[in-house]
Parts: sequence; C-alpha cells; structure tokens
Amino acid sequence: MITIRNVSKAFGRVQAVQDVSLEIARGEFFSLLGASGSGKTTLLRMIAGFEGVSAGQIFIDGQEMQDTPPHRRPINMVFQSYAIFPHLNVRDNIAYGLRRLGMPRAEQDRQVEEMLELIALPGYGARKASQLSGGQMQRVALARALILKPKVLLLDEPLGALDKQLREQMQLELRGLQRRLGITFVLVTHDQEEAFTLSDRVAVMAQGAVVQVDSPAGLYDRPRNRQVAAFVGNMNFFEARMAGDGRTGMAEIAGLGMQAVNSGSARRSEGERVVAAIRPEGLGIVIAPDGQAPAVAGRIVARQYLGGRQILHVAIEGRDAPVAVAAPARPGEDDWAGAEGQAVWLTWRPQAISILDAE
Amino acid sequence: MTLAANSPVPPVRPGAVLRFLHRNEAWRGYLLILPALGLMLVAILFPLGSTLMMSTWSLSGYEIARTPSLDNYAAMLGHPMYGVLIGRSLEVALVATAVTVALCYPMAYYVAFHVHRHKALWLMLMTLPFWTSYLLRVFAWKVVLGYEGVLNTALVGLGVVETPVAALLYSQTAVTVVLAHSWAAFAVLPIYVSLEKIDRTYLEAAADLGDGPWRRFWRITFPLSLPGVVAAFFLMFVPTVGDYITPAMVGGPDGMMVGNLIQAMFGPMNNWPAGAALSVVLMVTIALAGLAFLIVGRLVRRV
Ligand SMILES: Nc1ncnc2c1ncn2[C@@H]1O[C@H](COP(=O)(O)OP(=O)(O)OP(=O)(O)O)[C@@H](O)[C@H]1O
Ligand SMILES: [Mg+2]
Repeated sequence: MITIRNVSKAFGRVQAVQDVSLEIARGEFFSLLGASGSGKTTLLRMIAGFEGVSAGQIFIDGQEMQDTPPHRRPINMVFQSYAIFPHLNVRDNIAYGLRRLGMPRAEQDRQVEEMLELIALPGYGARKASQLSGGQMQRVALARALILKPKVLLLDEPLGALDKQLREQMQLELRGLQRRLGITFVLVTHDQEEAFTLSDRVAVMAQGAVVQVDSPAGLYDRPRNRQVAAFVGNMNFFEARMAGDGRTGMAEIAGLGMQAVNSGSARRSEGERVVAAIRPEGLGIVIAPDGQAPAVAGRIVARQYLGGRQILHVAIEGRDAPVAVAAPARPGEDDWAGAEGQAVWLTWRPQAISILDAE
Repeated sequence: MTLAANSPVPPVRPGAVLRFLHRNEAWRGYLLILPALGLMLVAILFPLGSTLMMSTWSLSGYEIARTPSLDNYAAMLGHPMYGVLIGRSLEVALVATAVTVALCYPMAYYVAFHVHRHKALWLMLMTLPFWTSYLLRVFAWKVVLGYEGVLNTALVGLGVVETPVAALLYSQTAVTVVLAHSWAAFAVLPIYVSLEKIDRTYLEAAADLGDGPWRRFWRITFPLSLPGVVAAFFLMFVPTVGDYITPAMVGGPDGMMVGNLIQAMFGPMNNWPAGAALSVVLMVTIALAGLAFLIVGRLVRRV
C-alpha cells in the first residue's frame, strides 16, 4: 500500500530522516515508534506530502508521489493538535471534505449523521469546536478524515493529549474501527504500550533511522540491539563474552557465570564481546535452588509494588546494578518475597537470555 | 461562635477588600478598567451630552436661544444639501475604505504568509505614511496631483496628454485617493494580525481534506481573517466619513464632505446649534452603517 524507498530528509544541517525504507501492507495497522526528535512526524508529513523528500521515493498504491500535492493524495491525516476548524461547527467540520465533491446535500447530511453515530457523538452536529472536550475533538478529527474513505489514514500522536483512561478507551475504539473499515492506518507514537496495543507491526525509529521493523511480540522477544531492547519494556543488560567457537551458544556473563544462551541469528566469533539481555519476566526468584535450573545467589535491595505484580531489585555478586525481577504479588503470598535484605536465588531458563551486539 | 459570624454583615477587617477582590474576578476587572473608564465617561459622555443639548438650541440674531426644539433637524430635512453631503461622505468613505482594505489585504497576506525574516521591517515600511503628519501627507498629494504636479508633468512629458489634466486635483476622486493612502496603516495592521494568528495546521488540514490553494483561502484563511477585515473597515471608515481636512485641501467644490459643512457651521457661519445637529445626524448615520457592517460580517461568517 505504501512503499518508502531510501527516503531521507534534511532541514538545513539537521538530518531529520535518514535512508528509511519501509513496506506497509494494505489494511495493516502500522506504527512508527521512537523517542522525541527521532523523525516520526517528519516521515509522516512526507507521506502526507506536507514536506518534500530530500532523497528517495514514496509510493502510495503503486503511484510515485513526488509531484502530487497533499490535496491530491489518497490519504487523510489526524493531526496531533486535531486542527478542528474553529469557525465551523461539528457537522461542517466533518462534512468539510464532502462539500467540495458536489454530492447532494441530503446525502452529505446522511453521511455526517452516520459518522457522528460511529464516533459516538450523535446530536453534537451543531456544536462549535470550542465547546468540545479533547477526546471529542479527537473523534471529530477522526470522523472528518474517515468520511472521505481514504486508502490510508495517518495519525500523529492522536491520543497524546488525552488522560490515561480516555486514551485506553480510544485505543480500543481505534483498533476496532480499523478492523471494521479495513483502512491502512499509520500511527506515530512515542508510547510503546500504545504501539503494542494497536499495531500489527511497529517500526522503531532512532535518530532519523528505522532500527527494527517487527510485530510487537517480535520486537519484545527478539530486539535487534540494545536501543530497541531498552525502548520496548524493561531489560537487564549484562556484559558478556562468547565462549567456545561461538556456535555452541555458551557465553561468560558478568555476574551469572558461564551460561547457555540464545545467540540469535547473527554469527558470533569466539571471545567476541556482546551484551546479554534478559527481561524481568525471564527471571524467577526462589529461596533455595532446586539444582536443575541455573541459579545465582543474591539479596533483595528494593521492591516496587505495581498492583498485581511487583518488581524486585536483586543485588548479585560481580555486577554493580541490581537485577530487576518480575514476581507475582498477591495478598498473603508476599510475606517473604517483599522483604528487603532477604537472601534469595535468581533462576532463569537459558532461552530467556538473548545476545545483542555490544556496540 | 464569635459575634462577627453571627452578625448579618461581616465587619470589614483589614485585607477583607483584597480578599474579596481575590475571589471575585469580575470586580477585579472593573477595578482595573476604572481609570480608563472614568476618563472615557468624562471625555465622551460630556461632549456627547453637550452636543445633543446644543443641537436643540437655535440661533436668534447673534445670540443662542436655549429653548429646546427640533427646528435644526427639521431644517435639515427641508434642504437637500444635507442629504447630498452625507450621502457623498458615506460614498467617499466607503469607496476609500473598500479600496484600502482590498489593497491592504494582499500586502498583509504576503507579509503574514510569505515573509519569514524581518517581518517587523516590512510592517514598518507599510506604516511609513504614518510617520509624517496628516497635513504633510495631504500636501504631498497636492504636489503629486496638482496642475503642475508630478503626475501631470509626467503625463505631459510622456506625451500621454497635451495639456495638464486639471481634474486630477480638486475632485471627489482626489479625496478618495488621498484618504485611502492616508489611512492605509490603519487597515493593514488589523488584517495582518488576524492573518498572522491563523494556525497553519488548519491550512494543512484543509489541504489534507482535498482543498487546493484557492479553496483553502476562501474556506479557511478568509473566514478566519474576517474579524481583522471588519476591524480594519471600522477603524478606517469611521474617521474618514467625518474627515474635513482632506476634502478642504484637495476636494474643491465637488469634493466637499459633510465634515466641511460642520466645520463651517462651527467656524465662519458661526451657527453652533445647526453644526451640533448635523454632527448628531452624522454620528447616528455612522452608527447605523457600522451596524450594517456587523450584520453583513455575521452573515458572511455563516456561509
Ligand atoms: N521544520 C523543521 N525545521 C528544522 N528542523 C526540523 C523541522 N522539523 C523537524 N525538525 C527536526 O527534525 C528532527 C525530527 O523531528 P520530528 O518532528 O520528526 O521528531 P518526532 O519523532 O516527531 O518527535 P516528537 O515525538 O517530539 O514529536 C528533530 O531534530 C527536529 O528538530
Ligand atoms: Mg512528532
């Protein structure tokens, strides 16, 4: 549906987007995830046509878009600030794109009513933009774009301004809407949870470049490098060195000792310096080791209670920073696990350790 | 319970006024505008009241008779000259204002949308006519439009006309042109401000929804800049209707406006009551015209 080929964008000396290539499929919910300033908005605006590309090509539905101005592109956008026209009421905002098409007025009105129904704001047609809440404006912006039945809908942090509860509700609504309408959605966000909740695939961006494109589960389980691993969820990093000829999947890990590891698809050489990464969920805590799973002794130094679960910070020999371990926290069960200063053993499954480039 | 809490009116303690103001935004506002409001009440209501009162007096010989009557107004109704003069004043002011606003809009638009550096300099250049006195500007136009003026010399020199065109100066057109030029800064600034204020995302959103540049202008930019256009219209129209300097200097007999007559009544003719009555009529006319603009502005915004 959208093909981005070696696209770069420079603003003077600032390289906002660097050599990005992406393939976004029809009907896909695709997210651009990255820290502030990583070039997400710039990439989206190039797809929409508000910024020209400095190099590379963008195809929408097989058409090269270089010479197509924004108003001729088969896409619509929901702006971060919503951009609800202040001099028009809700009905005229939603109908804005229809008015031009020479459709009979009655048909326009019917479609607007349908849209108001869809965004759960029936009866709001006559309201002014200034009389809407943030969440309502966001929905109007969505309806205004969707009524034109675009092939692609671009959304630039559309939920950024909403409070957590409303945001989660709108996420569900967005996802449902996308499923029902079958439109290709491209969402920009810096919120990893949001990207994971909504997307079929996520592109992680950093410093203008796309670092990794994968499904949410793929990103979480097989981060390509330390940057991605740190950006999507919590991760413990250990300095490590490959042992053997690198094919045996053994590594000497600081603090954990010689361990079997999942060395991933990349080829490693013997003695290569790498980073061993393990999620807090990949680790377990026991009072005494059972002698089968690998284990290392430690001491709980801090406890973060998060409702249904907790993160325990465990100090171990040979490593400065404590290791974060996720553990269930249910009433009545946490009398031992919560105690700071408690001596415990860390355990893990060998597959839970992934090996990343050291950088 | 203390006595204070039981008494119907709480005693005013030091700081109570401050606390009251702190809680009460409206009263705080009134207090802040009080000095200006006071000055305006005195400076507007008093002259207005005395003008109204004087318009009901009359002239008997060289004395002013202070018996209230509507004779002055009746006299105006009976004489077509007043209607003609007011009509011409409205026409000149309307044309000058419309021309100025129409010419200033593109200038303001250009600076607001296409100038990215040195905006202040551009604005200063546009308000340049205001850097000299009104009288000097009008004189400058006499030099330009006069019988042996710049324009005529150029026209004759280029062979466009044989003899200088006398009609350039001392005509209604001359008055319109000079007024338009003199008040341009009043029109440019409010329009510029309203254009500058427009969030550029609205235009991107309109483009995104399929509108090309021309449609974007008429559907977004223009309606959002209308308050500035209306303000420019008022700011220029109101003072130009009653202007008497420009018509006196470049108007000639054809270019006489109602302001000249009012000035004459208060000056050489020495008939203050009639001048006051004519002033009142002019004020009412301007108010009605203003009301008409407002209503038209509202209707345009609806579309
Ligand atoms: N019009 C511009 N002129 C100059 N530099 C720009 C312009 N727009 C963006 N940049 C720069 O390009 C880089 C990428 O900006 P962009 O807005 O794409 O980031 P982003 O990923 O959307 O960030 P955020 O999450 O904060 O919105 C930044 O360094 C920014 O300063
Ligand atoms: Mg952004």
